[in-house]
Amino acid sequence: MHRFANPARFMRVSGVVLPWLAGATIVLLAIGLFLGFRAPADYQQGETVKIMFIHVPSAMMAMFGYSSLALASAMALIWRHPLAEIAAQQTAPLGAGFTAICLVTGSLWGEPMWGTWWVWDARLTSVLVLFFLYLGYIALVHAFDDPTRGSRASSVLALVGAVNVPIIHWSVVWWNSLHQGSSVLSMDGLKMGWSIRIPVLVMALAFTLLFTLLLVIRMRAALLERKIRALRVLEAEAVPSDYSFAAPEASA
Amino acid sequence: MSSFTAIVRRDLRLAFRQGGDGAMAVMFFVLAALLFPFGIGPEPELLARVAAGVIWVTALLAALLALDRMFMTDWDDGTLELIRLSPLPLELAVLAKCLSHWLVTGLPVLAATPLVALMLRLDPSSLPMLMAGLAIGTPVLSLFGSAGAALTLGARRGGVLVSLLVLPLEIPVLIFGVGAADAALSAGAGAAQLAILGALFAFALPLCPLAAAAALRQALE
Repeated sequence: MHRFANPARFMRVSGVVLPWLAGATIVLLAIGLFLGFRAPADYQQGETVKIMFIHVPSAMMAMFGYSSLALASAMALIWRHPLAEIAAQQTAPLGAGFTAICLVTGSLWGEPMWGTWWVWDARLTSVLVLFFLYLGYIALVHAFDDPTRGSRASSVLALVGAVNVPIIHWSVVWWNSLHQGSSVLSMDGLKMGWSIRIPVLVMALAFTLLFTLLLVIRMRAALLERKIRALRVLEAEAVPSDYSFAAPEASA
Repeated sequence: MSSFTAIVRRDLRLAFRQGGDGAMAVMFFVLAALLFPFGIGPEPELLARVAAGVIWVTALLAALLALDRMFMTDWDDGTLELIRLSPLPLELAVLAKCLSHWLVTGLPVLAATPLVALMLRLDPSSLPMLMAGLAIGTPVLSLFGSAGAALTLGARRGGVLVSLLVLPLEIPVLIFGVGAADAALSAGAGAAQLAILGALFAFALPLCPLAAAAALRQALE
């Protein structure tokens, strides 16, 4: 794992992998969407059940994103890998994006099904809190004039958040069961047929690839950005050779 | 241990002589809580139903007020560097800061709660549970707040940022604090909720100073 922590090697390897990853993502997404559209409409929910093919994979990515954010942050704090720091920082907006997609699609699905855009259901509430945790992390990364301080502080925050996520989730579940008689979401009791399950699985795989693809692209862009900044600093520091000698003479 | 008490005493003395944070926090708490009758109407039943929640939410917000100054003034004048150089572990110094933050903001809020509860027509039978919940829960707010304050030390717009970071983490405290007060009305006595609040306290007591001290070390680098 440490071998891949070298930014130059990462650029080389990811450059080779990138086209294949992109191709696989596009193919899987196409297959998943095709299967999703072909899937039979639910006898109760009608065509709206197909929102699930976007909703469920993005919910999975929302949680996957936060765990990889915490993992990368731990690696950044323990080994001071510059690449782990970049990975954590680039994961956060992706995770926040998928969380937002999950919330929006859930809301769009809820309106025809439950007759309301928002329900204080335990799962919805937990995902909303997760979204705020992502936003707090992103805000902290960019809050400092010194970028190293921002990335270190946000790594600590990611770990604090990761420890708290299960506690928040269970307290929200408890709160919800106390205040709500029965949850409107009863997916657990609902047996999923294979005609629905296969598209969901394909889409979950496609979204995982999409997440990885976007992460690699973002990490490459961030590395290039750092390189450009370093070159600019070098350029600014490179004083013309005659300047340092000319100045004292002029004053003398 | 003497340096621990020295930090607490110094912070308390500063708070009293400058006469700022503590009075401000409790005034904010009372004023914000008493805005709710204007917002939702003065019907006693309605107020009694929401009183525990209003008190908890405003206590949560009041605990945020002085947070950005928890380490900021010491950081600006170099005291924080000296505290770090002292033989006292930085984690314990953070704990001392949490204790003085709680004494300055949490304790006055706790003392003002019966008055606010009376004005919001809270059912008197649930007042003991509300007070017990606040007594256990407000130190947890100070502990989480110390981690947030340390992480945002030196940040631009640190005051707003610290609320964004800390509020989501404090949701469990809010849930179980209000749960304890509400349970006192129905069948349950609320002991279970208090026990969970105690567990949250026991969990935050060692972990938050650790995180805050790690963040402070980064800030002082």
